[in-house]
Amino acid sequence: MIDVQHLTKQYGPFTAVHDVSFKAERGEILGFLGPNGAGKTTTMRVLTGYMPPTDGKAIVAGYDIQEQPIEAKRRIGYLPETPPLYPDMTVREYLMFCARIKGVPRGERATRVKTTMERTRIADVADRHCAKLSKGYRQRVGLAQALLHNPDVLILDEPTAGLDPKQIIETRRLIKELGGEHTVILSTHILPEVSQTCQRVVIINKGRVVAVDTPENLTARLQGAGSLYVEIDSLGADAQPVLLSVAGVRGVTVAERKNQAVGYEVSMAPDVDVRRELASTIVGRGWGLLELRPMRMSLEEIFLSLTTEETEAPAAAGESVHE
Amino acid sequence: MNNILAITYKELKSYFASPIAYVVIGLYALVYGYYFYLAVRFFERQSLQMMGFGAGAPAVNINEQLIRPVFQYSRVVFLIVLPMITMRTYSEEKRSGTIELLLTAPITDFQIIMGKFFGAMGLYASMLGVTVIHMLLLYWVSSPELMPILTSYLGLLLMGGCFMAVGLLISSLTRNQIVAVVATFAVFMMFWMINWIAQFTSPTTQAILNYLSITGHLEDFMGGVIDTKHIVYYLSFILFGLFLTARSVDVERWRG
Repeated sequence: MIDVQHLTKQYGPFTAVHDVSFKAERGEILGFLGPNGAGKTTTMRVLTGYMPPTDGKAIVAGYDIQEQPIEAKRRIGYLPETPPLYPDMTVREYLMFCARIKGVPRGERATRVKTTMERTRIADVADRHCAKLSKGYRQRVGLAQALLHNPDVLILDEPTAGLDPKQIIETRRLIKELGGEHTVILSTHILPEVSQTCQRVVIINKGRVVAVDTPENLTARLQGAGSLYVEIDSLGADAQPVLLSVAGVRGVTVAERKNQAVGYEVSMAPDVDVRRELASTIVGRGWGLLELRPMRMSLEEIFLSLTTEETEAPAAAGESVHE
Repeated sequence: MNNILAITYKELKSYFASPIAYVVIGLYALVYGYYFYLAVRFFERQSLQMMGFGAGAPAVNINEQLIRPVFQYSRVVFLIVLPMITMRTYSEEKRSGTIELLLTAPITDFQIIMGKFFGAMGLYASMLGVTVIHMLLLYWVSSPELMPILTSYLGLLLMGGCFMAVGLLISSLTRNQIVAVVATFAVFMMFWMINWIAQFTSPTTQAILNYLSITGHLEDFMGGVIDTKHIVYYLSFILFGLFLTARSVDVERWRG
């Protein structure tokens, strides 16, 4: 559905996007993750035909965005970073105008606008001027505009920016619903959003793709030497030296202190599972074992390790690029 | 064509939703109306004088002595109001980001430009439309010739088209409306003054400058003559202006 091949975009001497390639299948939700200024918006602008690439090409819904821009654009819905609203139009007028320039047939426009407004929950502000809308409504009117012509591909640049938590949840639910029938690319720098909504993630940093994978695989890949979280009610005794004495345990740090219990972060030697011994040692002492679980590296940490240079991340990144 | 009309409709809507349309039309109506009033009084006095001469007196011509001078003098308002019409066409869209909506919609740059051009022309035409009232008043009390009036309107529309094309081009170059309006005003001034400058130059330069003058080509229209030479001049001026606008939008795309 989307095929980006060796895309490069330069602004004068500055390279915003360098040799970016990725694909997205029909019905897939692809997350575009990266720090500010990584080239997310530029890539999206090239994909939507807003600006031409310096090199490489983008094929959207079977049409080359440079060669057949009109055909490609018919199949793309785009929500830019700032929702492109005309302040002096009412929401309904605005959407009618959008429907018209997006080629929705005259007879269908009114019903299409109505159903889209219901879907994005903006029907209650239909006759209000865009200038008077709150940030949350503006964002949703922008989303409605992108959905109007029922495009194959939806490109959303930070769709949840500026929304309140309830609206964020609703918008994510809507995006998830949209996946399946539409191919969705959404950019964000909010990590939980990616793990909650996207099937695959493209991590981009300084204009280069550093990883393409599912959120789960990324987490698994970067797990490295594992660590465990253990919560013990040691009845006042100091559990730290006891835990350290278990074979295979490399280090123990206090992660959390509760009323009675203490949470420890236990790091293990690679390829050793110390959970059994750890549990029997603790129980053998007559202490209460309240919790024992492997600690997953969160997407935040993966993201940081991929986009920060000193870590061992580039190695992991290198292999995932060539999927 | 549907896309062009969609843009035109949108442009007109935002003109009339903002104070711009009313300022533009009001200012022109005020100045034109005042000139008209003065000219009618002057014409009336002249007619009475001529009547005093009796049968041998030269005939007075309402077209040449009233309608034409009023159109000519009130034209100076264009310098101020026309830049106001075009200043926001592109600048505003670029500043607010709505240009992204237009450039990613399945319509061509040409359709956007034509839509905006027709939108600006629509406002300009409604501004000129105010003067139809004055013409009707004249028909009520007298019987001016129709043809010179119609050709005057045609000429004014074509001349306005040239200014609109220039204004669109300048608006596409900046995202600041103030810069757009001032720069447009400066360029209009230049085209306006070419005639005056021409008087002080050698005959060859004078001929060239006179030909370039946007206002100079209007004279024949005002006199009731439609000369293809002038129509060709105006149309090619407009097309060239719109072509440059298209290039400017394209360059902006590359630059991002």
